[in-house]
Amino acid sequence: MNLVFVLLLVAALAAAALHGDVKAVGTGALDGAGNAVTLALGLVGAMSLWLGLLKIAEKAGLVDKLARAARPVFRPLFRDVPDGHPAISAMLLNIAANMLGLGNAATPFGIKAMEELEKLNPNPGTATNAQALFVAINTASLQLVPTTVIALRASAHSSDPAGILLPTLAATACALCVGVGTAKLLERVVR
Amino acid sequence: MSFRHALEIGSNWALALILVGIPLYGWLKGVKVYEAFVEGAKEGFQVAIRIIPYLVAILATVGAFRAAGAMDALARAIGPITGRLGLPAEVVPMAIVRPLSGGGALGILASIFAAPGLGPDSYAGRLASVLQGSTETTFYVLSVYCGAVGIVRYRHALAAGLCADATGLIASVVIARLLWG
Repeated sequence: MNLVFVLLLVAALAAAALHGDVKAVGTGALDGAGNAVTLALGLVGAMSLWLGLLKIAEKAGLVDKLARAARPVFRPLFRDVPDGHPAISAMLLNIAANMLGLGNAATPFGIKAMEELEKLNPNPGTATNAQALFVAINTASLQLVPTTVIALRASAHSSDPAGILLPTLAATACALCVGVGTAKLLERVVR
Repeated sequence: MSFRHALEIGSNWALALILVGIPLYGWLKGVKVYEAFVEGAKEGFQVAIRIIPYLVAILATVGAFRAAGAMDALARAIGPITGRLGLPAEVVPMAIVRPLSGGGALGILASIFAAPGLGPDSYAGRLASVLQGSTETTFYVLSVYCGAVGIVRYRHALAAGLCADATGLIASVVIARLLWG
């Protein structure tokens, strides 16, 4: 990540110098910083709502039930997470919300999952295998129906707005398999 | 009723049923639902504040990178080569921006749809649609999820995420060429 950080910044300065527009580096960075705060604060409402609902589900025993139901799928992938651990149900809820396209629910559940996984982390500050794999799963777009793209295509007068659905699913499946595979392979090598 | 409408209705119902169903289920199970809700919701604000430094780091960097025109320069440089492989120059900026900025990628998608000679039903338009739907904003996901728990060393998470993005890109191009090439 340190390398990516420096690389992007140096590339920005180089490109700006070539264009003769060095001012853009500063304004671009400041705009980005401002957007970051807007974005984070914009999450507060949805985050609070879903974390509130999650607490109800937890106290009602719903979260435990989900964790048990998800065990066969999660067990081989997340070997370091004990059976029935609350991280399992948070991860399941995150993935379900992602599949349904409920992005503002997926993020709170995902963060909750990371917090639960962090409780199992012997080295705070460094991602565990389970955390890295969970993040990798989330970097594949899990949404079953890309509603934003379909809506955008429809408003651009496409003759077949939803025609990209199955191709998108196929590409997503490839990306997901490689993401999970890479995470599982690299977890043995990367410290 | 079109397929798209059916989808919309389905996802609206799913959301509404979850929002109402969880409190109702909890109440039937004897949970003090109001108190439990407030207890959980309290964490929402702290989590949002906690991820700010991580988001600023990534979005400020990406902001400088985009505003400086580094992306356009890169797209111009590699466009002619990737064009032969089925990734037209118009879609190259999108492939570069997708892991960095979700809104940015959506903006490029909209501009491909609006461009004369391209449009949503052109090869580039369809390919860009599949690409948008099959990849994620890897850097955003990493900074939010890891930031929320104070993780600064991502280990192999970044590499796995970028491999997933690269696979999404390659798969999109292969599928687009097969179907619409």
